[in-house]
Amino acid sequence: MGIVRRALGSRAVATLTSPHTVDHYLDLVHPMLTVDLVRARVVEVIQETGVASTVVLRPNGAWKGFVPGQHVQFGVEVDGTRRVRVFSVSSSTENRDGTFTVSVKAHPDGYVSQFLRNGLTKGTVVHLSQAEGEFVLPDTLPGHVALVSGGSGITPVMSMARSLRDRGHAGRITFLHYAKSREDEIFSDELDTLAASLPDAQVVRVYTRAPEEDAPLSGRFHVDHLKHLGVDPVDTLTFACGPAGLIAAVRDTYEELGALDQLRVEYFKVPSVDLDAADATGTLSFEASETAADNSGATILEQAEAAGLKPDFGCRMGVCNTCAVKKLSGAVRHVVTGEVGANTDETIKVCVQVPVGDVVVDL
Amino acid sequence: MSKKRAPIEPLSASSHNEAPQPLVGSDATKQSTIGLEYMSYEELEDFGHELDGIRQRTLDSLGQADADYIRRVIKVQRTFEVLGRIGIFTPFFWPTFVAGIVFLGLSKIIENMEIGHNVMHGQYDWMNDPLVDGKRYEWDNVAPAQDWKHGHNYIHHTYTNIHGMDRDIGYGLLRIDNDQPWYPSHRFNLPAAFLLMLFFEWGVMYHGIELDEYLGGKMSKKDFRDRKSRAARKARRQVLKDYVAYPAIALALVPFVGWWAPLAVIGANFVANLIRNIWTFLIIFCGHFPAEVQTFAEEDAQNETRGQWYLRQLLGSANISGSAPFHILSGNLSHQIEHHLFPDIPARRYPEVAQEIRAICERHGLQYNSGRLSKQLASVARQLGAYSKKPSDPLLQGKSPEAKAVRRAKREAAKAAQETVDA
Repeated sequence: MGIVRRALGSRAVATLTSPHTVDHYLDLVHPMLTVDLVRARVVEVIQETGVASTVVLRPNGAWKGFVPGQHVQFGVEVDGTRRVRVFSVSSSTENRDGTFTVSVKAHPDGYVSQFLRNGLTKGTVVHLSQAEGEFVLPDTLPGHVALVSGGSGITPVMSMARSLRDRGHAGRITFLHYAKSREDEIFSDELDTLAASLPDAQVVRVYTRAPEEDAPLSGRFHVDHLKHLGVDPVDTLTFACGPAGLIAAVRDTYEELGALDQLRVEYFKVPSVDLDAADATGTLSFEASETAADNSGATILEQAEAAGLKPDFGCRMGVCNTCAVKKLSGAVRHVVTGEVGANTDETIKVCVQVPVGDVVVDL
Repeated sequence: MSKKRAPIEPLSASSHNEAPQPLVGSDATKQSTIGLEYMSYEELEDFGHELDGIRQRTLDSLGQADADYIRRVIKVQRTFEVLGRIGIFTPFFWPTFVAGIVFLGLSKIIENMEIGHNVMHGQYDWMNDPLVDGKRYEWDNVAPAQDWKHGHNYIHHTYTNIHGMDRDIGYGLLRIDNDQPWYPSHRFNLPAAFLLMLFFEWGVMYHGIELDEYLGGKMSKKDFRDRKSRAARKARRQVLKDYVAYPAIALALVPFVGWWAPLAVIGANFVANLIRNIWTFLIIFCGHFPAEVQTFAEEDAQNETRGQWYLRQLLGSANISGSAPFHILSGNLSHQIEHHLFPDIPARRYPEVAQEIRAICERHGLQYNSGRLSKQLASVARQLGAYSKKPSDPLLQGKSPEAKAVRRAKREAAKAAQETVDA
């Protein structure tokens, strides 16, 4: 398959299929045959503890693999529209059967994560990106590695822990996880036995809302938790993933101890959308130009121009599609129809859309 | 080209639910006069709301059926293309060879019209599928998508049929409307249109370079150079594919068929492109150039409301009646009126929208211009013939002293207005 794939992806074939790519044709023969577009077949959907699901995926040959800690854009089609969300890879890199998994906690208003739990079935073909993200386990590790996670932020960290286990990692590992309660925790059973399957590891969980009796630690993250576990931030490479509050606490601690260079963090964003907001609230972020501004209530195009950007535009009345860009997150309201769109990764005409709360666009 | 070519207000949609206005004159208190012979301003307002409502209802109802439809069309088109490419490799057996040419021609027609044109309008952006994304789609035509989208989606669809703004009135080549100034070259209206028909994709490409805008000082040198290099790159790829790469493969046939096998493939590709050129030319010329279609003066359109904008689109377009396959082959541009009212609604919805538009037209006593292809074509040909003759009115002769004086006065007025704005 490798040679065929390379041949199909060659310049010669591209000349023959120009202006389209060979995937425009292969996709019609079978969606899994694509050369560049990553597709995967759902092998199994596993209901985890908590309200989480794990999806076992078998990617096609376009998939280039992942490094523990990375995420993928995961697209499923619902009523003709592809809904894209970013999910962390949760499996070990050492799976030899060509599959990997993503794990997702169903968010009450998370359209796709709900769909994963209720609608995704074995055999469905899903649309993926290549694995992306800088929050990754390096090839060579120091003697002591700490993993700190909160809530569903455990997924990329779990991929790290599983990969280290399967690689027979001999160094010391401290895994500290925060969850509301055991009922709310993902991977509970595996976490129970994880420490035993590694030569020098301790796995400690803190249930912040429903602490267990005789638990060694309690409450939210605190420097004492690290001290109790014998973690010295200054010489422990630390990976932290979770909600903004946890990350801020960990970061402050490391900063105080002068150990920021040992800390790698990843936020787990929870979209906050206030659909009733009549007034301009939130922040409008321009991802590609790395700027942001307080939402002024004007159209995104006007706000981009006010911020000094020069996006393409044409009619400025929502007709010509010149200004269409990807909205990466947040909700927008159409100035003509008043319709609110809150899907991640949809294409919008910025000349007729105003932000509702925090919005990130690809400008 | 400076982006502020048309006077577009730095609009204020800050009050969240106000629709922006596209065309703004120097005198903001002066209202646009478009449509006043049919409706009052209040009625025009309601007319706009009614059409906004139709648009929104249709957009709200988009779903799986629309996604399935465009994918089915793409599948049929690609199948035709593959069959066509195989067919033209059988020059030793003429029935399959000819069938190959026909399939390839049909595939290029469907790709340019029902897929390319409509996808590049953003009609399927709601699907969020990169393969039918208006931003990314590139069509099987020598005109590069980026420049075509600027000239078509923006200039033509926003300033539809406004003299001096819509560059698609006669494409700077033909005189198709009485209000266009007559130049001696217009004596050759009909032969020029015939040649344009044969090489239509090249005409579209040339039109997109916008040499006239550059020469008129409305476009920067860099912008013009970029347009030229994009067009050259796209044309090179298209020519390489049709006239080098596939004929090169046909070299393998030489031992079995004869030395002329690659030439047969070149010829077949040429004819397929020709079929597409003729067809797209005919459909597009019937969309705006039949006799009853109205054109507008810039002064009349300034400060128009959304209702007036809709009305201008309606009065400036013409439909072609026909069967379902005919509509697909025309990219549903046979529903030119509906397309101009709602350019971003998937084209398969135009027939159902058309029923509502017809009803609205009847209610307001508006003309709904529709006719068979032959009728509309005959009208276009008569127009081309009639307007090739030198008009007696000196103001309509481009080179008459009277017309020059009017143009000079207009230029100076614009300059004076600009100076007041700057000061």
